[in-house]
Amino acid sequence: MRIGTAKENYIADEALFDTNVQRGWMIALIAALIALPFLSGQYAIYLVCLVLINIVSTTGLNILTGFTGLVSLGQAAFMGVGAYIVAIMEIHLGTPFLLNLIVAGFGAALVGIIVGLPSLRVKGLYLAIATIAASVILHFVFANWTSVTGGVSGLSMPPASFFGSELIQPDQVYWMIMPITVIMLFGAANLFRTRIGRAFIAIRDRDISAEVLGIRLLRYKLMSFAISSFYAGVAGGLWAYFFRVITPESFPLLMSIFFLAAIIVGGMGSILGGILGAVFMTMVPEVLKMMVGVLSPIWPDAVAVMSPVRIIVFGALIIFFLIFEPEGLAEIWRKIRRFFHLWPFKT
Amino acid sequence: MQTTEVSNLKAPPSPQAAERDILSVEGLSLSFGGVKALQHVSFNVKEGSVTSVIGPNGAGKTSLFNSISGFYTPNEGNVNFLGKNVNKVAPPDRAEMGMARTFQNIALFKGMTVLDNIKLGRHAHLKTNLLEALCYFGPARRTEEALRKEVEERIIDFLEIDHIRNSSVASLSYGLQKRVELARALAMQPKILLLDEPVAGMNREETEDMARFILDVKEEWGVTVLMVEHDMGLVMDISDHVVCINFGQVITEGLPHDVQAHPDVISAYLGSGDVATLRKKFKAGR
Repeated sequence: MRIGTAKENYIADEALFDTNVQRGWMIALIAALIALPFLSGQYAIYLVCLVLINIVSTTGLNILTGFTGLVSLGQAAFMGVGAYIVAIMEIHLGTPFLLNLIVAGFGAALVGIIVGLPSLRVKGLYLAIATIAASVILHFVFANWTSVTGGVSGLSMPPASFFGSELIQPDQVYWMIMPITVIMLFGAANLFRTRIGRAFIAIRDRDISAEVLGIRLLRYKLMSFAISSFYAGVAGGLWAYFFRVITPESFPLLMSIFFLAAIIVGGMGSILGGILGAVFMTMVPEVLKMMVGVLSPIWPDAVAVMSPVRIIVFGALIIFFLIFEPEGLAEIWRKIRRFFHLWPFKT
Repeated sequence: MQTTEVSNLKAPPSPQAAERDILSVEGLSLSFGGVKALQHVSFNVKEGSVTSVIGPNGAGKTSLFNSISGFYTPNEGNVNFLGKNVNKVAPPDRAEMGMARTFQNIALFKGMTVLDNIKLGRHAHLKTNLLEALCYFGPARRTEEALRKEVEERIIDFLEIDHIRNSSVASLSYGLQKRVELARALAMQPKILLLDEPVAGMNREETEDMARFILDVKEEWGVTVLMVEHDMGLVMDISDHVVCINFGQVITEGLPHDVQAHPDVISAYLGSGDVATLRKKFKAGR
C-alpha cells in the first residue's frame, strides 16, 4: 500500500495519473518530446518518428490481442490499407493530411471488421491463421490492382503540406507524427477506464460469462477489430507520409510478427507495455548496429562479421526477457516503481 | 426459524409481489444426444422469494440454470421471465432484462481488479459510446464517477469487501471470490439472481456470511433469488420454496420442511436400493 496518496473523491481515485510524481514525469516527457527536434540531429529524429509510428500500430494490436485476447497477424496489412488510402488521397485529391489520416483509419477499420467476422467462431491460433489469410489477400490486392495501387512498383506521393509549408525532413514530419501518437495513446488509455475497455478484458478472460453479464460478443469483438485496425490505418498513413514511397513489400507478414513480438516483449494488456515493446523492438537493433559501428575502426571486418551476430543477440535478448519477465517490460517497470515507492525502505 | 419462513411467504415485502411469478419454467426438456438432462420440468418462482433447487449430483440442476440463462436451447418447453417468453432471447439481452447469475466454478475475470469486476456487472445498463470512451472527459467521466460511487457505497460496503477492492481477483481466497461474484451480479441491477451453489466449498463461517447476504439481498434489495445448493442446512434455513429434481424431473416442490420430509426426496438423497430400481420407480410413477 502506498502512503501519502489519500484521495478525497472518486474522480481523483479514477484518474489516469493518480500521483503528483506521475503527473510531473508526464509533463517532463511531453516537454522532452516538444524540445527534441531542437536538440538533436535528423537521424535521431528519424528514429524517434519510426518508434512513434510503431507505437501507434503496436498499441492498436495490443487493444485487439493483449486486451481482447484475439490473436491477429494482419496488423501490417491493415497498415498497408491506411498507407495506400493516404497515398491515393494525397496524389489524386490533395486533401489535408489530417482528413487523409482519418479516412485511412476508417478504411482500415472497415477492412478490420470484415477480417474480424470469423472471430465469433474461431479463436486463438485458428484466428491467427484466418488473419494471415486476410493479409495474404490484401497483399495480392496491393500488388495486382495496378490501376489504383500502382502494382508491384507501388506509389510515390508528394509530401504533406501544413499551411503551405511542406513536411519533408524528419524534423518536419515529426510535428505531425508526435501529437497524433500522443492523442491516440491517451485515447487507448481512456478506453480501458470505461465499460468498453472492461468488456474487452472480460471477453479475453472468460467470454462465456461475459455474455451472461450482458456483453454482446460479436459486437465487441468487431469493435475491438475496428479500433485496432483504425490505429493500424493511421499508423500506416503516418508511415506513408514519412517514407512517401509505398510498395506491396512495404508491409510484409514479418512486420505483423514484429508487432506481435512487441506486445509480448512489452506486456500484453498494458498500454505502457505496447509503448515499451515498440521502443524495444525498434531501438535495440539500431543500438546493436551502432555498437558494431563503434567497433569498426578498431576491427575493420566488424560489419561483415558482426551483422549476423547482431540478429542473434537481438533474438537472444527477446528470449531472455520472456524468461526473465513473462509479463513483459511493463511489469519490470512496475517493479522498479514499487521499489521506489518507499525508498530507501523496503516495500 | 421455520415459522418466520412461512410468515415471509405469506407476507412478502409488497402485497402485489406475492401474486406474481417473476420466473416460470414450463415443461422444459433438454437432451444431449441420448442423455435426457431435463424432462418436462415445470416450476414457478414467486417475486420476492428465495427459491432453491436441490437434487443429487447429475440431477440436472446446472442444466436447468443454463437453460434459464440462455446458454442451452431447450428442446421443448418455455422459460417465462417477467411475464414474457424468453426462449428466443440471447443471454446478453436476458442480462439487460434483469437476470443475473453466478457460476458453480467461479467465473470472475482474472485479469481485472475486484473493483473492475464489479463495475463490469453494470455494463448492460451503461450507455457510454466509443467516442465518449476515447475522450473520457464529460459524459464518460460522469458515468464512471456515478458508477464508482454506487459500487463503493452500496455494493462493496454491503458485502464487506472494501479491504480487497484493488486486489487482483486471482489472489483472493475461494470464499472471497464467491463474494465478489455476488457483488458483480448485484451490480447488474438484477430482478432475479440465479446463484449456482453459492456456498460450495465454504467453511461454516463463510456459509453463514453468505446466508446473511442472500437474505439481505432478498429483503433490502428486493431481489428474487433462485439458487442451486447442496448445503441442506442453508437451503432449509433461508428458502421460501424448494424444488427437488432428480434424473431431470421434478420430484416434488413446496415448503422447505415438507420437501425435506418427502419420502422420494429422502430416497433420492440417501438412495433406496440401487440406481436402476430408483429409475424404474420414477418411470413407473411419473
